[in-house]
Amino acid sequence: MTSTRIPPASATPATAGRAAIAARTLRTDRWWLQPAVTFAVLFAFVVYSTVRAFSNAAYFVPAYDYISPFYSPCLAANCADGASHLGQPLGNLGIISPALLILIVPLGFRLTCYYYRKAYYRAFWLSPPACAVAEPHAKYSGETRFPLILQNLHRYFFYLGLVLNVILTYDAFIAFKGKDGGIGLGIGTLVLLGNATLLWLYSLSCHSCRHAVGGRLKHFSAHPVRYRLWTWVSRLNGHHMKFAWVSLIWVALADLYVSLVASGTLTDLRIVN
Amino acid sequence: MGYQARFRVWRGDDTGGDLADFTVEVNEGEVVLDIVHRIQATQAPDLAVRWNCKAGKCGSCSAEINGRPRLLCMTRMSTFGESEVVTVTPLRTFPVVRDLVTDVSFNYVKAREMPAFAPPPGLAPGEYRMQQVDVERSQEFRKCIECFLCQNTCHVVRDHEENKEEFAGPRYFIRAAELDMHPLDARDDRREYAQAEQGLGLCNITKCCTEVCPEHIKITDNAIIPMKERVVDRRYDPLVWLGNKIGRRG
Repeated sequence: MTSTRIPPASATPATAGRAAIAARTLRTDRWWLQPAVTFAVLFAFVVYSTVRAFSNAAYFVPAYDYISPFYSPCLAANCADGASHLGQPLGNLGIISPALLILIVPLGFRLTCYYYRKAYYRAFWLSPPACAVAEPHAKYSGETRFPLILQNLHRYFFYLGLVLNVILTYDAFIAFKGKDGGIGLGIGTLVLLGNATLLWLYSLSCHSCRHAVGGRLKHFSAHPVRYRLWTWVSRLNGHHMKFAWVSLIWVALADLYVSLVASGTLTDLRIVN
Repeated sequence: MGYQARFRVWRGDDTGGDLADFTVEVNEGEVVLDIVHRIQATQAPDLAVRWNCKAGKCGSCSAEINGRPRLLCMTRMSTFGESEVVTVTPLRTFPVVRDLVTDVSFNYVKAREMPAFAPPPGLAPGEYRMQQVDVERSQEFRKCIECFLCQNTCHVVRDHEENKEEFAGPRYFIRAAELDMHPLDARDDRREYAQAEQGLGLCNITKCCTEVCPEHIKITDNAIIPMKERVVDRRYDPLVWLGNKIGRRG
């Protein structure tokens, strides 16, 4: 047996009577991998979506009514011809991309999402980078102060997100348009349908949704229908992280696909008409 | 087939200490607590370790194994490679008493501060009647064995000693949720208490408490987030506030 005694002053953080262990963590597994991957994927998405949101081009395919989820609903007069299914109440925004106004909703919804909070607090803010790995910050006030107290707005973004989901579902159905104007089916249709489905799964598995449908009740027995809804949403909620990632990646791929077809880089593969 | 494992065990007290190296026999089916006991029996008779049931139900033998908060009695040696050095240290968040034993009285202080179950008026003990669907959520939280691994791993106090006064920790958030969801608890200020007195807002839901819970209680998803949502109902949601004013809920 060998040992070298370390006085408690070397322990971090400065604490009253804690064991004097100088190492930031004694974890021997690859604890850094998960935050690193999270950082890389989220950062890539932020860069891609920012570029696409500002590009204000190649987001609508009139032949098949494919519209990118980043630009739907397109509510400005400077939207591409035929892309404004809900009219153009915002008038001409000039050089401002119509996507910027719409993306506030999904951005707010994902930014305040209970799962993403865990992901970016760990990966971007290192608070903490992983369990039992010391964070680098000297002070910590959590979600008690501005701006993080605004995380409590999550449910409002959830409600707005549901409206957006209805619109994106409509977009998926009008994408069943053939070359001659009748019914058709292309890869783009399936991509948009998959996008709408995943966004519904992500939204309905949300913790705020779980709370709204029944979680806030004290007596389930007095509300059997809401209890049933709560059990369904709870089941989905167990997969919330999975839906968060898959829907995020899919929405970017859906936008990419529409942009490639709209710009003529790719020809939409038609299955029917 | 047994083998000789290399162990590093933190030894010391509140005046200082360090990792001590041991080479010790490991046999098939053993857990880390068995090895610590073997070190105690053969090489370091004064090694202090707290333990009791050896079945993962008393919550006594909480420590950190290779930097991860675990129960010594529930960590199988077969999860480590034979050449791997196993490092055992005391819980970092609490004051050390000696070697692997820490003073967890912080948790008992927080427990005492928590308002107890308030019986409904007009019902005597023995007259309580509840339906199973109404108590299921609270029952999950009753599985807690009070090992305090969640309290230990929570960075709010682990990395910020100064937060200990205003932060009760995940173990007491599940207690708050248990009582707020309890069909017969008569108090209606559990949410205000959770926010104002327990420091619920300090939690940034990074889920480490859930990751380390040996009872697999979904602390974050089933207790902390629902409590945060309930606080939003009371404090930040005018629609729910209005609903409560004009109609009966829950």
